[in-house]
Amino acid sequence: MSVATVIPAFVTRESFIELEARDRAQALMDPGSWRELVGPFDRIESPWLPMQSIAPQSDDGCVVLKGTIAGQATVVIALEGGFQAGSIGEVSGAKMTAALDLATHDSENGRKTAAVLLLETGGVRLQEANLGLAAIAEVMASIFALRQHAPVVTVIAGTVGCFGGMSLVAGISSYILMTREARLGLNGAEVIEQESGIEEFDSSDRALIWAVFGGEQRVGMGVADELLQDDAKEIAAAVQRCLKVGLPVVHRSQQIDLYRDGIAALDTSQQIEPLTLRKNWNNKQAKTKEGSA
Amino acid sequence: MEQLKFDYPSANRWISKRAHVGIVGSGDMEVLMEPAETGSAHVSIQTSVNGFGSSWKAVLDRFFARFDGAVRIHINDAGATPGSVMLRLEQAVEVIEQ
Amino acid sequence: MSKQVGLRGKTWFQALTSVNSPMGGDPGSVLTADARLGEDTARFLCVVPDPKARFPCVRRGEVGLEEAYTLATRVSEVIDHSENVKKRPIVAIVDVKSQAYGRREETAAIFLAAATAADAYASARMKGHPVIALIVGHAFSGGFLTHGYQANRILAFDDDDIVIHAMHKEAAARITLRSVADLDRLGHEVPPMSYDVRDYAKLGLLHKLLHIQDPDTPAPATVAQIQKELIDAIADARAGSTDLRNRLESKGAREMRKAGLAARAYMEKQWSGD
Repeated sequence: MSVATVIPAFVTRESFIELEARDRAQALMDPGSWRELVGPFDRIESPWLPMQSIAPQSDDGCVVLKGTIAGQATVVIALEGGFQAGSIGEVSGAKMTAALDLATHDSENGRKTAAVLLLETGGVRLQEANLGLAAIAEVMASIFALRQHAPVVTVIAGTVGCFGGMSLVAGISSYILMTREARLGLNGAEVIEQESGIEEFDSSDRALIWAVFGGEQRVGMGVADELLQDDAKEIAAAVQRCLKVGLPVVHRSQQIDLYRDGIAALDTSQQIEPLTLRKNWNNKQAKTKEGSA
Repeated sequence: MEQLKFDYPSANRWISKRAHVGIVGSGDMEVLMEPAETGSAHVSIQTSVNGFGSSWKAVLDRFFARFDGAVRIHINDAGATPGSVMLRLEQAVEVIEQ
Repeated sequence: MSKQVGLRGKTWFQALTSVNSPMGGDPGSVLTADARLGEDTARFLCVVPDPKARFPCVRRGEVGLEEAYTLATRVSEVIDHSENVKKRPIVAIVDVKSQAYGRREETAAIFLAAATAADAYASARMKGHPVIALIVGHAFSGGFLTHGYQANRILAFDDDDIVIHAMHKEAAARITLRSVADLDRLGHEVPPMSYDVRDYAKLGLLHKLLHIQDPDTPAPATVAQIQKELIDAIADARAGSTDLRNRLESKGAREMRKAGLAARAYMEKQWSGD
């Protein structure tokens, strides 16, 4: 028995959530294998934020590292939740799309290149509104193309979570990995409360928010793949497992009948109890997890 | 939005590395520090908080009273306090002097 | 005062297909029909308000769970997987208020439903089906991502009632801590922020802005004009690539998306590296 096994796990564990985007991306890659592309010193910043008296960031909140993970060529794209809530603007979106397209190009030319997306994002950057929305549509188009060749793994660690249009990006990924501190949804609780009233969603009800959006629930109901501890090593190992398995037999966002039937069976006369979805939905997901290399 | 520029001709020690620290979150800033080929130090600041030119100068004067590297510094600032500014600059120096 | 969202969609769906009811088994909020368009039989799809919808938060024309899975079903069933044949056009008539803002929807993973519909549209496009989005009213946010934004050609009416945006004005004002008047002023200075379709057109994302006389009550000549525009867009899509590169290569993109294109150029240059 090694010494490590008698030390409680939380003592030796390195928090992933506490890392900035750049450090998160690095923590997943083989040491010494990666290079950052279009990094901060290239200074491609948002032209739209300063016009609105908002300071830009030199990497526009999007970190792109190209290298290997367990020997597999991979591009890791990490959004920085600390800058404009990880929102997608013209530049951050273009960086994502370009990196994904280049991974597709390499994959089509005999060098299979997977993508790992670290999504901490509220979705469209409202200060760049239509270019942000367009960028998300383009990121999705690029993922659809890459996904034919190599897996696209989304990691949502927290604490921002993954919301808005970027939740669709998670939805079309090959795999979604989450921690208990992560949330995933199209509209956050505040937005629902604003648009549909407090009786629809009380955004001060923390327990309800976690019951609906939290990683445990999303994995429990089968719309995300693995629930992980906030531990850099554990998350890195889970990413490696996904890359090793390769493409799923069928992507979750192509299982139309399964989910259409699930929706048809819901009682919509009242709110849906999250726990019932864990019970009724999850066991039907087994197929996605038996991947083919 | 305000753009500020400062020069420190006395900072002329050769530097070979570069550093990037910080996030442009509310009350924070990022520093990009890289070798300046001119043999003196140059600072450019882009800040969302207007009217604090003299505070910036005071912090930078203090910083360059101790640091003599010929560096080009760019700062994107979202309202960092003078204390945070100094901390971020020192973090950047730590990286380039490693 | 803006008109009820979705009525235009229904009007145009009817004008182009002569059909005004959903396909068997579908919810009342999704209209699907096949209709002639030049030499093709195109599949038309439209999301419309259904006051009796099962899910309360979609009754004003929002795109919710049933809408997204129905769109996905109706798009994917016409995808032809064979090679080297002429594929049927798919036309998304877009007049959507937004995605559904409801707790039921979030609980049942509306993000995945929306992703599934977008997946079906993109799959059709990548298999060589010309996918055209025709924006006749509103195209908001997650609603547009679900229904239309994966099209390889986007057409929109040149009309004051067309709004293409990430968030409706009142909510955007609240979240960005601005007044609606500020947002209007900003829209003129910052084109991606604008709620005016003519500013949207400057971004280079549209294939074409269509000048039209009577968008609410189209005369037969207007319908014929739009059919011709759709036929032209389909031909253009068939002649082009199955990805979205046309949005980046447009004149508008070269003007308005300089920073994004610079990021892309740097990425391409640095990718192979050392």
